[in-house]
Amino acid sequence: MLSFSKTRIAALSTAIIAFAVAGGEAYAQKKYDTGATDTEIKVGNIMPYSGPASAYGVIGKIQEAYFNKVNAEGGINGRKIKFISYDDGYSPPKAVEQARKLVESDEVLLVFNPLGTPSNSAIQKYMNAKKVPQIFVATGATKWNDPKNFPWTMGWQPNYQSEGRIYAKYLMKEKPNGKIAILYQNDDYGKDLLKGFKEGLGAKGASMIAMESSYEVSEPTIDSHIVKLKASGADIFISITTPKFGAQSIKKVAELGWKPLFILNNVAASIGSVMKPAGFENGQDIISANYAKDAVDPQWKDDAGMKNFDAFLQKYIPEANRADGSVMFGYNTAQTMVHVLKAAGDNLTRENIMKQAASLNGVQLEGLLPGVLLKTSATDFAPIEQLQLMRFKGEKWDLFGDVISGEIGG
Amino acid sequence: MTVARIASLIALALLIFTPLFLKNFYIFQMTQWMIYAIAVLALNILTGGSGQFSLGQSAFYAVGAYTAAIMMEHMGVNYVFTLPVAGVICFIFGFLFGLPALRLSGIYLALATFALAVAMPQLLKLHFFEHWTGGVQGLVIIKPDPPEFLKSMGLKVSQDMWLYYFTLVVALAIYFASTNLLASRSGRAMMAIRDNQIAANAMGVNVSLYKTLAFGISAGITGVAGALGAIAVAFVAPDSYTINLAIALFLGMVIGGVGWLPGSLAGAAFIVFVPNIAESISKGLSGAVFGVILIIIIFLVPHGARQVAYTAQHLISRIWKSS
Repeated sequence: MLSFSKTRIAALSTAIIAFAVAGGEAYAQKKYDTGATDTEIKVGNIMPYSGPASAYGVIGKIQEAYFNKVNAEGGINGRKIKFISYDDGYSPPKAVEQARKLVESDEVLLVFNPLGTPSNSAIQKYMNAKKVPQIFVATGATKWNDPKNFPWTMGWQPNYQSEGRIYAKYLMKEKPNGKIAILYQNDDYGKDLLKGFKEGLGAKGASMIAMESSYEVSEPTIDSHIVKLKASGADIFISITTPKFGAQSIKKVAELGWKPLFILNNVAASIGSVMKPAGFENGQDIISANYAKDAVDPQWKDDAGMKNFDAFLQKYIPEANRADGSVMFGYNTAQTMVHVLKAAGDNLTRENIMKQAASLNGVQLEGLLPGVLLKTSATDFAPIEQLQLMRFKGEKWDLFGDVISGEIGG
Repeated sequence: MTVARIASLIALALLIFTPLFLKNFYIFQMTQWMIYAIAVLALNILTGGSGQFSLGQSAFYAVGAYTAAIMMEHMGVNYVFTLPVAGVICFIFGFLFGLPALRLSGIYLALATFALAVAMPQLLKLHFFEHWTGGVQGLVIIKPDPPEFLKSMGLKVSQDMWLYYFTLVVALAIYFASTNLLASRSGRAMMAIRDNQIAANAMGVNVSLYKTLAFGISAGITGVAGALGAIAVAFVAPDSYTINLAIALFLGMVIGGVGWLPGSLAGAAFIVFVPNIAESISKGLSGAVFGVILIIIIFLVPHGARQVAYTAQHLISRIWKSS
């Protein structure tokens, strides 16, 4: 009799467990939004392959190559990535057209890493209205971290204001009585960085600023600005410039025999594209900050992550120039996207993609500096907020200090 | 019924009926095409009509776009009223620019207009205007909804479809007004100036007045196109209106056939769609491919779409006559 009821209990429990598992499986059913199927995930992208910012077009090519690698290795949870990337020529109206094409004609699941602040500004409202993720945008503008108003838009790289704040903090510590001269690019990015820098200086530091000078991207050279800034008598120089102008500023400062405490922003800190052309001897002791590994930096020669990076380039896009910071950028962003897609599992709805993207809890990518982690939450749509200061010595950047967070109050 | 008339009716029918069968994105592209057609038409009046070169249309386009954007965003004005205001403001702007430009002609005028086009993005970024223009960040515009009466009639019209037909009506109105202008006394005066300024002056044509008027009208129409462009794209930024736009419009005029108003449609189609074709052939070399296509067209039909149209007309009437 006992065994009979034991059997019954066993049968009943098995039935309950089976039911629970089956019920659980019902929750783990596949869910798709437009752009995702059992075999394919369509990822859209907008890059400036032509026009004034075409140097950044290489990012899209690297991402394409990386997704090819992922597909060759089995795809994401068995699905292949179809990467559809269009050229917007860095023109906002064209960006709108391409975004609409991706969403309405190609029917992608999400738009990944669209590049350029103006282009992203143009499509932000549309993407949020259509509820399509505008994810890991390739711009450091601070405004992408606004989940309350734009829940479908998320940034990736440390925003410019954070970077500006970090430099200001450094100066208040190292040279609180110095006089500052600033050169900045007269656009969204330049003004954003300047704002963060001034915020970091605060009321006390504001009096340190001796002179500010802005330049247009269309100017062929910024030499005259440097001459003016030197004449202000400042002993600290902040160069908020893109690569071409960064190199010019380094050269001119050296030419004039001016030896200020030189701070160069991250976007112009590439050894291959800026420091070398400017002349290594001119770049000594320049301070900057970075969040990713510079492929030309000899300290990463035997680093496992760098070795993977080189192996990937060798096999899938051998013509890429590893010295170009954009190549590492493409690699890191593509890996972030793959991480999020993998985490979404079989629930490939746009909502879940955003949810997974907003749940990055200290992910260390092999192409980022050790200690710089991807961290997001429902109220924090800025995955990377940390930077490490570095000083140029010899032919490379020497990282120093700790990884600093650029968050307000951090 | 001439060949030309039949062709025009077919084109009109296509413009009216095709969007009913297209997806919203393609309707959006057709709207862009119409808007650029208006801008190219304006340039046609200026260069083809009065013989004045302009590489600065992007400046007027930008002023029109920003006028519409500022009125819609800061003043809450209905988008329909922004068009005439943009037109008038740009007319005044063009007229005022045309006054000093009277002293210039040919390449020097082209240079002056070029300078205007290059200066415009920077002027739009000026800190002084930032409160109105949004500075480098630009302004986001809310796309207008179709009017209520359509809904009450039971018709489901999307924003894009409504904007397309709105643009089409404006384009047709401007087209008819322009053909009338060129066929009128003022038009003949402008063409006389274009052909031989000294002779026109000797015959009593007020050269200064008509030259500046041509600039004003052309700028005004370009301003209306700019306003429509701002509404369609729902975003304005200084970098949307660079010298590249001015060059593209100039290109559109040449491809369509300088001075031939219907050619504006062909020219605009070229500048809107051929870059996409070039991109699909080669992403990295899209510029080079575009250049090659351009060279081939200029080589085969140097007078643009007008040459194609006249040749076709000639062929068709020959076939008709012989049949």
